Amino acid sequence: MKPLGVLKEFSRRDRVFEFLIKPEPPELDLTHNIILYLEGLNKSFDGFKAINELNLYIEAGELRCIIGPNGAGKSTMMDIITGKTRPDSGQAWFGQRLNLLEMDEPEIAEVGIGRKFQKPTVFEMMSVLQNLELAMAQDKRLWPLLRAHLSGEQRDLIDEVLEIIGLTDLASEPAAKLSHGQKQWLEIGMLLMQKPALLLVDEPVAGMTHQEMERTAELLTTLAGKHSVIVVEHDMDFVRSIARTVTVLHQGSVLAEGSMAQMQDDPRVIEVYLGE
Amino acid sequence: MIRMSFLKNDKPGRWFLGILLVVSVIVPVANLLVPQSSVFHLSTYTVTLLGKYLSYALLALSVDLVWGYLGILSLGHGAFFALGGYVMGMYLMRQIGDRGVYGDPVLPDFMVFLDWSELPWFWYGFDQFWFAALMIILVPGVLAFVFGYLAFRSRVTGVYLSIITQAMTYALMLAFFRNEMGFGGNNGLTDFKDILGFSLREDSTRIVLFLASVMALAIGYVLSRYIVSSRLGLACVAIRDAESRSRFIGYRVEHIKLGIFVFSAALAGIAGALYVPQVGIINPGEFSPLNSIELVIWVAIGGRGTLYGAVIGALLVNYSKTYFTAALPDVWLYALGAMFVLVTLYLPKGIVGLKNLRAAKEGASA
Repeated sequence: MKPLGVLKEFSRRDRVFEFLIKPEPPELDLTHNIILYLEGLNKSFDGFKAINELNLYIEAGELRCIIGPNGAGKSTMMDIITGKTRPDSGQAWFGQRLNLLEMDEPEIAEVGIGRKFQKPTVFEMMSVLQNLELAMAQDKRLWPLLRAHLSGEQRDLIDEVLEIIGLTDLASEPAAKLSHGQKQWLEIGMLLMQKPALLLVDEPVAGMTHQEMERTAELLTTLAGKHSVIVVEHDMDFVRSIARTVTVLHQGSVLAEGSMAQMQDDPRVIEVYLGE
Repeated sequence: MIRMSFLKNDKPGRWFLGILLVVSVIVPVANLLVPQSSVFHLSTYTVTLLGKYLSYALLALSVDLVWGYLGILSLGHGAFFALGGYVMGMYLMRQIGDRGVYGDPVLPDFMVFLDWSELPWFWYGFDQFWFAALMIILVPGVLAFVFGYLAFRSRVTGVYLSIITQAMTYALMLAFFRNEMGFGGNNGLTDFKDILGFSLREDSTRIVLFLASVMALAIGYVLSRYIVSSRLGLACVAIRDAESRSRFIGYRVEHIKLGIFVFSAALAGIAGALYVPQVGIINPGEFSPLNSIELVIWVAIGGRGTLYGAVIGALLVNYSKTYFTAALPDVWLYALGAMFVLVTLYLPKGIVGLKNLRAAKEGASA
């Protein structure tokens, strides 16, 4: 009777085996209005301390600029947030409940952190529209992709993003025909298609003309509020034009934090960075 | 079910399907109804030759799908073609029954010749057409799946992948040359009599085989076009142009490559299975790496990444091959080489690129 009992146990239809249940990541919890916590982070490469007791808090919907001289740890910080690098010690939390240090790159992208790299990499052969369609958050397995059709809802999302990045008129042009600035915007648009809660933007205006820079400033300011945006940038004019809060990094930790005006008057900041 | 709207945006494709339809009406009429004395009569030899070209065209189509849209330069697609051909050959061998030279009711002639007393296990079931038909898709498909799974998972790409596909077909060729393999050694499988009970020598059987090739090419084209115009096709092109970037947006590059590769191998297998009854023989020479390289040249000459370009290339090169090897046999290889060099130098997009080239010139001068 015993094997039969086991068999019965296995064939019960009111139960699902533990291992068959896909673990769901906890929802992004913003009860304290802070979207990103970095606490006591340390990371060294061959003895060089890239990140040194870094503490940083980003509020939900905030637009934060991070500046600092070369080697201040800006890129390493981004790498830790997106899961590319693991810190030696410290904590990194996305909202109240998501521990970034326990997730890998695709998982972090999935829960809503999007990163734009410095060099724009759009699919040149395809139209702007197709670029956005590909980047959309969707079921990316073989069969669903084959049967996929652009639903009205998805089309609306694409139109909305096209509007935001200002490429509505160029939607059917191949991406190869876009200017450098437009490619950067398209790339930001591709990030937006994944509906991220937090956007990490690495040097968005490098190589842009003045008009393009203004347009980018406008774009990033619109995004803040709906998304939280962290911008790492070298161009001081640009930072001045968009920043509400600026964080100055120096030797792997936060040197000062405040409005751009406060930063410009801070003697320590002047010494390490602005004065140069 | 499947929406046919993807054909609306494919004008050359509709032309191509239209031409296939016309050919499928004209050829049987010209062969069976027009009297032999008339200039419009088409000999059975020509019909068979056309059928052979069409199965090559399907093979070229399958290569274009992986090369033109996914950037996988397979130099071993001839292996899938040959495997499909061997499966069909095994069925045709079993159909001979006791009409072979040695008159054994079960064993094919070459097994009797080798003093084998019973049928090897892997020849079981091939007396049934449905089983053979299943295997035509399964055998190349499974090989492509295993090979692709290992290669794509280890992220082998580019030249390295081309080289191992080449090695695969070469290894298969050496294996099939051995008598012990049980596939007829270097003589291969031949001396076929019937297919589904119809004599292969009958004109009507030849016509039906020709029509089957037309059908297979048309269906293969429509399915391939459906794939490349879906979002999956878009993802394929994304992978072709920027593989790591597609990974970064969340596409499972290995799965997509594997899926398309297996589908392409199955198409190649079907092409091989249509080729064998029309040509009347399959031997290990079909696995030769040279064949696989030549078929990549067909696609390059026709124009890759368009599907119909591959078909045009296959038909054109094979027609010239028939012409040259009959009229000027010594010149053929030089002609093929010259064609390839000229196309690479002056028509990087192949023959179908000519149209766009002219349009671009007109646009520039206007």
